[in-house]
Amino acid sequence: MIGALPSPPPLPRFSGTHAHNPGVFLEYKLMYGMLFSIRSFVSKMSPVDMKDGFLAFQTSRYKLHYYETPTGVKVVMNTDLGVGPIRDVLHHIYSGLYVELVVKNPLCPLGQTVQSELFRSRLDAYIRSLPFFSARAG
Amino acid sequence: MSSELFTLTYGALVTQLCKDYENDEDVNKQLDKMGYNIGVRLIEDFLARSNVGRCHDFRETADVIAKVAFKMYLGITPSITNWSPAGDEFSLILENNPLVDFVELPDNHSSLIYSNLLCGVLRGALEMVQMAVDVKFVQDTLKGDGVTEIRMRFIKRIEDNLPAGEE
Repeated sequence: MIGALPSPPPLPRFSGTHAHNPGVFLEYKLMYGMLFSIRSFVSKMSPVDMKDGFLAFQTSRYKLHYYETPTGVKVVMNTDLGVGPIRDVLHHIYSGLYVELVVKNPLCPLGQTVQSELFRSRLDAYIRSLPFFSARAG
Repeated sequence: MSSELFTLTYGALVTQLCKDYENDEDVNKQLDKMGYNIGVRLIEDFLARSNVGRCHDFRETADVIAKVAFKMYLGITPSITNWSPAGDEFSLILENNPLVDFVELPDNHSSLIYSNLLCGVLRGALEMVQMAVDVKFVQDTLKGDGVTEIRMRFIKRIEDNLPAGEE
């Protein structure tokens, strides 16, 4: 899931659910609000100047990994608990996929759901190629 | 890509705008607008490639613009001078400007700001990192000045807004 300020990220999920499904959109709004609050909490609590800030959180069921650029683009990935730090993966999704295929494409408007089929298929292929990806879950 | 191709392409763009718009003020506005649209996307490419983190103040921003961004995209490193006492304004001095190689301004275009695209790019890029700035040329070698000087002024920080409907 990738989003850019100011609106919450209306990007179809990796599993391919349609973005206009109201249930999915509600989930995005909830997630956006939660991430905004956690980010704000982390920056207030941090005793030193925050370099990377909020990296990840986990519950007993899943781990949420977070990566944000200074422009407000957020890359969020949910994995199971066994997965370690994946900042470089999230950075690659931003720089190698989002920037290359969406930002640099003048026909892709920014700040809205990414319609680019190329982006979706490359993102899909990339995720599937990751060492911690399990075909059972996809 | 050759720098001649880049310079000639930019020149063709400005020439066409001059034909389309007839007066220099409108051309300047268009260049700024086009630059803005480039800047809002260019910043993402810049962040992806340079790995520079968020700047903590305007001085750090000035350094990154002059030493990293200008170097990366135009192959030049302007110098930073003329800081205002409050630290909210500075000048970039360009010894040479790749956009204006081979260019001479004709007399009937004396108020044309030939490289105004650059102002738009800087403004658009900084807006995406939550900084509202005013950018303008105060000296231009095309107009007979010794150097090209771009003045950048910090207006305000753009706050993170929650989208409407969320508390």
